[in-house]
Amino acid sequence: MKNLESYLAEHPFLKGMEKKHIELIVGCAKNVRINPGEYLFHEGDEADLFYFIREGKLAMEVFRPNKGGIVFNTLGDNDVLGWSWLVAPYFRHFDCRAMEVTRAIALDGNCLRKKCDEDHELGYDMMKRFVNLMEDELMALRLQLLDIYDTPIK
Amino acid sequence: MTLLSNNKQIETQITTSAFIPEMFVINRIRKETEDTFTIELAVEDGTTSFDFKPGQFNMLYVHGCGEVPISISGSPDRPDKLVHTIRMVGDVTRAIRRLKVGDMLGVRGPYGSYWPIDKSEGKDIVIVAGGIGLAPVRPIVYHILNNREKYKRISILYGTRTPSDIIYQKELESLRGRFDVDLYVTVDRADQKWMGNVGVVTTLIKNSNFDPTNTTAFLCGPEIMMRYTAVALQQQELAPENIFVSLERNMKCGVGLCGHCQYTGKIICKDGPVFNYDLVKDLINKREI
Repeated sequence: MKNLESYLAEHPFLKGMEKKHIELIVGCAKNVRINPGEYLFHEGDEADLFYFIREGKLAMEVFRPNKGGIVFNTLGDNDVLGWSWLVAPYFRHFDCRAMEVTRAIALDGNCLRKKCDEDHELGYDMMKRFVNLMEDELMALRLQLLDIYDTPIK
Repeated sequence: MTLLSNNKQIETQITTSAFIPEMFVINRIRKETEDTFTIELAVEDGTTSFDFKPGQFNMLYVHGCGEVPISISGSPDRPDKLVHTIRMVGDVTRAIRRLKVGDMLGVRGPYGSYWPIDKSEGKDIVIVAGGIGLAPVRPIVYHILNNREKYKRISILYGTRTPSDIIYQKELESLRGRFDVDLYVTVDRADQKWMGNVGVVTTLIKNSNFDPTNTTAFLCGPEIMMRYTAVALQQQELAPENIFVSLERNMKCGVGLCGHCQYTGKIICKDGPVFNYDLVKDLINKREI
């Protein structure tokens, strides 16, 4: 059975990270389970955690009054959820709902920020990894905005 | 008669016959989405079959209205049934939609290059389709399912705008139930009733666990989607020569004579529509083309 350290060490997001840094990160990690329909967080909540999804499916939503939520992204196995913990003032910008039973490793953003402040090598490494994640998400969002499947000729 | 005039005579004969459509009768019309439908055609006398290769297209002709190039979306193993899935985007496609079962439709074809599925035997297959782009790759899916033992892991990644824009819904449901095919469907946006993926189709590539040293990928959909999908596949270390794309331009004659679909030195209707990505990767990003 894998422990948190071995799981994190093998996660694609942390591929190549030094062992000493993995050990630092593990100190901020815990296992969580989210049931279908349960909200992991809501817009405006404090962004104190981010997640490595082990299995399951999560929906990122924007709520419209009287019309429910619009899902603009879903995340699944091995995805990383959340980078608001890195950006002051550390608040959530969207809602996140479990579509299926989801198991994840939650990392305490406060704890990790402190460790990154103390160990700049770790901080720089984490920042590079999250910039890649942000770029991937930004690229996907731009493609979504293009509405590429729209009727070519009206 | 000189050699030159002989050649000219032969060319005239070829071009003349190439522009005469064969009449087919509409046997079935099925609504796929609000703007997309599928028609099944058969030769009028019901005696001959229609052989084609996956990826090829026909010119469909409506009397008094015009012609449109439409990919063949049926099974290559069922030559008795000619199937086209059509999105209503112009006068001719709207005119086809107004036809009824029993009406006649002119067909010229099949034309163009095809997906190299025979050369992909023994490999993993990744099919990435966007929107109506699922129609031209559907013959590949039929062929692979009919010859499943000849291929390794099969991944089908399909992206579209919303859940109500998904075509071939029943077939996709049945594919999802198979253990020998990995099917991932994603939409650009959805409400809370949708239990599937939301996001662009390129985000699904990481789910497709293919061997980059032994895989062929077939891409069909909006050109922007194919460009970014090809990039994402290359990030997974799939070589450009193992990626194939289906390109679309303003095809008119279907036989490479009129030049409407010229794509630099290539003619899409004759040299394409299926191209090896390695041959077009430097052209596909050029605004001028």
